Amino acid sequence: MTDIPAKASVASASNGSVLLTLMKARTFIALIAVLIFFSIAAPNFLSAANLILMSKHVALNAFLAMGMTFVIITGGIDLSVGSIVGLCGMVAGYLVLNGIDLQVGYTIYFNVFEIALITLAVGILIGAVNGLLITRLNVAPFIATLGVLYVARGLALLSSDGRTFPNLVGKPDLGTTGFGFLGAGRLLGLPVSIWILVVVALGAAYLAKYTPLGRHIFAVGGNERAARISGVRVNMVKMFVYMFSGFCAAIVGLIISSELMASHPATGESFELNAIAAAVLGGTSMSGGRGTIGGTIVGAFVIGILSDGLVMMGVSSFWQMVIKGLVIIVAVVVDQAQRRLQSRVTLMQMAKAG
Amino acid sequence: MNAAIDHDVILKLVDVSKVYSGTVAVKRANFEVRKGAVNVLVGENGAGKSTLMKIIAGVEQPTLGRILLEGEEVSFSSSGEAVSRGIGMVFQELNLFGNLTVAENIFATREITNRFRKIDSREQERRAAEFLERLEAGIRPDMLVEDLRIGQQQLVEIAKAVSLDARILIMDEPTSALSAAEVEILFKVIADLKASGVAIVYISHRLEELIRIGDYITVLRDGRITGQEKMKNVDTQWIVRQMIGSDAKDFAKADGHVPGEEIFRAEDICLPRVTGGLAVDHVSLSLRTGEILGIYGLMGAGRSELFDCIMGRHGHATGTIFIAGKKVRERDTTRRIRRGLALIPEDRQREGLVSILSVASNLTLASLSRFVRLFHISGAKENQAVAQMVRELAIKVADPAQEVSSLSGGNQQKVVIGKALLTGPKVLLMDEPSRGIDVGAKADVFRTMRKLSRDGLGILFATSDLDEVMALSDRIAVMSNGKLTGMFDRAEATEAALVAASALGHGPVPHTESHAHD
Ligand SMILES: Nc1ncnc2c1ncn2[C@@H]1O[C@H](COP(=O)(O)OP(=O)(O)OP(=O)(O)O)[C@@H](O)[C@H]1O
Ligand SMILES: [Mg+2]
Repeated sequence: MTDIPAKASVASASNGSVLLTLMKARTFIALIAVLIFFSIAAPNFLSAANLILMSKHVALNAFLAMGMTFVIITGGIDLSVGSIVGLCGMVAGYLVLNGIDLQVGYTIYFNVFEIALITLAVGILIGAVNGLLITRLNVAPFIATLGVLYVARGLALLSSDGRTFPNLVGKPDLGTTGFGFLGAGRLLGLPVSIWILVVVALGAAYLAKYTPLGRHIFAVGGNERAARISGVRVNMVKMFVYMFSGFCAAIVGLIISSELMASHPATGESFELNAIAAAVLGGTSMSGGRGTIGGTIVGAFVIGILSDGLVMMGVSSFWQMVIKGLVIIVAVVVDQAQRRLQSRVTLMQMAKAG
Repeated sequence: MNAAIDHDVILKLVDVSKVYSGTVAVKRANFEVRKGAVNVLVGENGAGKSTLMKIIAGVEQPTLGRILLEGEEVSFSSSGEAVSRGIGMVFQELNLFGNLTVAENIFATREITNRFRKIDSREQERRAAEFLERLEAGIRPDMLVEDLRIGQQQLVEIAKAVSLDARILIMDEPTSALSAAEVEILFKVIADLKASGVAIVYISHRLEELIRIGDYITVLRDGRITGQEKMKNVDTQWIVRQMIGSDAKDFAKADGHVPGEEIFRAEDICLPRVTGGLAVDHVSLSLRTGEILGIYGLMGAGRSELFDCIMGRHGHATGTIFIAGKKVRERDTTRRIRRGLALIPEDRQREGLVSILSVASNLTLASLSRFVRLFHISGAKENQAVAQMVRELAIKVADPAQEVSSLSGGNQQKVVIGKALLTGPKVLLMDEPSRGIDVGAKADVFRTMRKLSRDGLGILFATSDLDEVMALSDRIAVMSNGKLTGMFDRAEATEAALVAASALGHGPVPHTESHAHD
């Protein structure tokens, strides 16, 4: 009995298993396909400047999608990320321009590094609010984060009465200059935001694979009750994923306002949908328990390149929407087909092995 | 196989094989189901029993081979088709909708409707009540299934299958969560069905049950049929020999080591029931190192609830517990596990396993901190522990990276046991640990329990199997209706005394005097 699986794995490389390998790498293949397609169809697509520009766009969605991936793996959803992006951008802008007025005649100004830390803290805090609503008050994730979506967006609008904080250059005498570095700076020829993405992504992938917390995230999504009885701190795990999602959203808020050197309260509207799309395209299962950071990043690249490429080709934004939707649907259909094919292929291998 | 001519063959499997990704579950099996008789199927965990039955019930399609129903070749692409041809099945893993009522579950997909296609729930509940009555289940048809205990759910599953009016009724370990009393009732129902000409296929790991009700027996080993006989020609020894190829390993004998000092004590544990009264009623007990304390009781005696209280799963439970003389103040499960408690839950699907994770991840889920340096899980250490558990418990799995849901029922149970053992507990709570595992594995698990107790573990072990509790325990506690109704040393325990104690206070109405205490 036990010798049969061993034999079967020897008998590989049949037609089916080639197809299976192709399907497993489908997001990656999709990525290469869009790259090839646009490099032919859109002039200048492969120029270094354009590639860097695109990856900066992709990075924004990739951050959100990573946070979203963990949330979805635990069986939840985070609709509030777009609003957190907007609110965090406003927080950063406000701090650069106004500092904090202590009401006693003093105003504290922070340097850019401190501003970044405070903004990240705000993002994490909002994530914690999501987490508390979901774990302590038992609100369904969809509803809790939907509520926070509105609250955070409302606060962002209130913070400036709906106006933009322009011109975030800061004043040298207050030490608030240099805010543009995040969005426009370069290290070793690559944009700073890309480096941050690399660091956060490697960290998240490591966390998912090699730490107890990562394992627990999957366990909670797979069977919350069993996880609890096994001693997994389910509430802590959920708090973490929403706080991490908030953290990622805060990074995006910082980067966008730094790129534009301005904060606009409507920034980030509908970003949550792109993030969900990237996660799903990368193989994250909406019912929880399944997903990878690597897959999500590739998914974000596919979506990002697709929309930038279509823009370059001059396709109307209406058609862009249709195409993006179709790509997402096709991705999930292929995902299902792969599962079916997988068992079929093993059958064929078995048959060969006798 | 020319022995039996007295019952007509109604269904025949010819050279049936079934291949899953990773395993050949059934190899060229020939199997006959006879009318008006109980056709027993036995075999080790993972032998392919459930698979073979799922093929008959249309849940799985055979990779090769033919199915002949009354001589006519059939192929079912869904269980619905099989049902329409009069084949019903009680599945090993419960297939119920927790969010629906008992009646709705029983009539799922066959809803009784009135003229306007509106579901007639009154009629459904009335009919459901009839079937439940027959099983003397004491379950109201309007109860939600998720509020039922696992044994009751199993009865609902049986009622559902019986209500199909099937000509062939397959029961895959229908009694694994039932205690002696319910089994008796089920046997009466089976006898009725048999008398009315229904062909019954019965799978169980409780060999005495098989001997008692079987007419024909078929033994499966590693997906092959290794023996087919009339039940009256065989005995347990024969069955075991056909099943595992050698004689039965004994239940581990007591080795005469003397329990040490107290490791665990529970004082005055109470758990209120939602419906009023107490599910656990002022239970106090103590356990010494190296001692195995068996807790015997009937279904609903409150054993699982007691374990839940000890593990800190109910915020509203009262009472105190002590480990090694120190009071445990932690009230949540995680920290109680850290203090050295571990639970093997009764319901492996809902509480024991994360079904989409791998066998390896499930095994180490509760003990990850053992393999962690700083915050990094050491893959090598983890794999080593997994390999050791797979070997020690003889878990039948091709590759530990396989999803745990692809294992056979008994092997899944072994994973749950392995998970608890890996936490290195001081006190191990085992709730029906032998549910669904074969004789060989049972002996392995019992031997492991003995070894653990020799190493100084205290073991609390709940079971509704008299033989088990008598063979394994150093002391035996009996629970009935939430109360501790007896405590026996092994030397003085008799089956009669245990049974008597387990029936104490089993009135129709829960007693009211307990309210006076609170
Ligand atoms: N969905 C599946 N995918 C892959 N392998 C499977 C699947 N279902 C069952 N198997 C394998 O098929 C074999 C037979 O399983 P089956 O459930 O029929 O055993 P069983 O005789 O019912 O055992 P038990 O007494 O433990 O219930 C096992 O090795 C099991 O791992
Ligand atoms: Mg089975």
